[in-house]
Amino acid sequence: MRDVAVVSFASRVEPRSDLDDVEMLAPTIARALAAAKLDRRDVGITVSGSCDYLGGRPFSFVTALDAVGAWPPIRESHVEMDGAWALYEAWVALQHGDIDVALVYAFGRASQGDLDVVLSAQLDPYCLAPLGLEASSLAALQARAMLDAGRCTERDMAAVAARSRGGDVEALLREPYVTMPLRAHDCAPSADGVAAVVLVAGERARACCERPAFIRGLDHRIEPHALGARDLTRARSVELAGVKAGVGTCRVDVAEIDAPFSHQEILVRDALGLDASVAINPSGGTLASWPFVVSGLLRIGEAARRVHAGQASRAVAHATSGPCLQQNLVCVLEGA
Amino acid sequence: MSAARPGLTAPYVLEYTYRRSLGPVLGRFFAGLVDGRILGARTAAGRVLVPPAEYDPDTSEPVVELVDVGTAGAVVTWCWVAVPRPRHPLPRPFAWALVKLDGADTAILHAVDAVAPGRMTTGMRVQVRWRGERTGQMGDIVCFEPEAAR
Amino acid sequence: MTDPIKRIKAPVRFEFTIGAGQTLSRFLAGLVEGRILGRRCPGCAKVYVPPRGACPTCALPAGDEVAVSDAGTVTTFCIVNVPFEGQTMKLPYVYASVLLDGADIPLLHLVNAPAEEARMGMRVRAEWAPPAERRPTLESIRWFSPTGEPDAPFDAFKEHL
Repeated sequence: MRDVAVVSFASRVEPRSDLDDVEMLAPTIARALAAAKLDRRDVGITVSGSCDYLGGRPFSFVTALDAVGAWPPIRESHVEMDGAWALYEAWVALQHGDIDVALVYAFGRASQGDLDVVLSAQLDPYCLAPLGLEASSLAALQARAMLDAGRCTERDMAAVAARSRGGDVEALLREPYVTMPLRAHDCAPSADGVAAVVLVAGERARACCERPAFIRGLDHRIEPHALGARDLTRARSVELAGVKAGVGTCRVDVAEIDAPFSHQEILVRDALGLDASVAINPSGGTLASWPFVVSGLLRIGEAARRVHAGQASRAVAHATSGPCLQQNLVCVLEGA
Repeated sequence: MSAARPGLTAPYVLEYTYRRSLGPVLGRFFAGLVDGRILGARTAAGRVLVPPAEYDPDTSEPVVELVDVGTAGAVVTWCWVAVPRPRHPLPRPFAWALVKLDGADTAILHAVDAVAPGRMTTGMRVQVRWRGERTGQMGDIVCFEPEAAR
Repeated sequence: MTDPIKRIKAPVRFEFTIGAGQTLSRFLAGLVEGRILGRRCPGCAKVYVPPRGACPTCALPAGDEVAVSDAGTVTTFCIVNVPFEGQTMKLPYVYASVLLDGADIPLLHLVNAPAEEARMGMRVRAEWAPPAERRPTLESIRWFSPTGEPDAPFDAFKEHL
């Protein structure tokens, strides 16, 4: 396996942007490349993550190529998923040995629609989509299951929200439910965002960054799509991805968890075996701001940033996809 | 829209009038709904999946046969929708629930017309409320209701 | 026992409010004023009309605003014979790439000329909707009409095909 490191990370997130995808992306990608002391011509492969359903227009990711300058023609790929999976594909491409640099980016303007409703497009079209289920209702079902099983309390959920978004736990608990047992603070506000990460393989990474964040583990797993066939009180795919990525083999300083609902952070933290010594979501996490299909890549970027800054020698980043943590990616980054 | 940097916006509706083919497994499940029956898929290991899956998620083998399960069962988990949306099955506040029907090993997701959240408990028994005219689609089940109400 | 159901209706419907972004918004606002505003790439100096957030070949954010003429040259075109909902022109009609004077990429629009007269190199000018009817859309230009000038030589637009 070739050593691959995250050498730079840039992002721009806001609740509702007046810019379009390219206007948000071009400067962000330029910043990520500049921070890595690279030029776009050094990039061997470009992989992006986005979701056409955010703007309701198929192939909308093609326009975003203006932000990377696809001339002369470039080697490029795209996943209709969170940019974390674009990073996985880029990492695999770097393993082949013929290129050393990958540019990974993700973008999405969820403010153009009602994300809670748009996510129903992911559901089983025969038995679930006709019911008109929103993402928050599905998340609420998992929260209830966790509460019933004693895996957490509403107070624990409020504590996650207070740490992520501010506020006093007692005051948060006095707020009404929006979808019982979830309150407003348990549900992330959707946002518009872009993120860019530069991956470099081998010793070249050290020329791009003083303290590269080397990817020491990278794995993703998926559970069945039928909600009723899953154990919603456990995140089995997180557990397995965590084992395969080697999370538990060494102490973890920082973990960035992609949980748009408060109870999910608890579930993922427990599934990865992270104890109270680990700093969880120092960035605020996805619960603070949810730029859909960017949030997972942001978690990897934020974890890498702390390694770059010398604030962490070993960090874990998590990304999720699908209802109720159906599919999960775990990434372990180390500073040496 | 920020006053400092106004950007133009426009309303846009994405609409596809899809008709989806069902195949032999789901085709029989939906035919069962017309007849007031709920069918599950039995795997080689004897697990009964509801709604039926075409393949056993544990082994990837095709399911063995479709069998009847009960039209009543227990709530596995639930949540409360205080403000229903137009797409929802009911026009008044209701619960979503995963319901494990008698004889099934997996739970089906649907609405429960419980009237108030205080009436919902995990483990409670609920019963299908059938639509009068059924045509072979998920709406043939209007919702579930507490079994005690029958 | 009912026969297996063959198909179900599975409609998809989502409502959006699409944001045009700043670059396109300025261009569309310009159309209301009867102006066609392109943007120049700070790298390769090409003027894009309609403008884009970044130059597709340089990846640099759009630079200076450049007002271009509302007259130009047809670089290529097609004749539409298929009726569709919302069509404004009588069939057959001409749909063309128009390279406006001052721009480096062509603009797609209707040409109000008989199909048999459409040709590469034809000189055309925008016919604007009355000011009170203009909106921030390309429909503020009703169509392009032949000016009657001599055709532009092939060399003048051969790099823009």
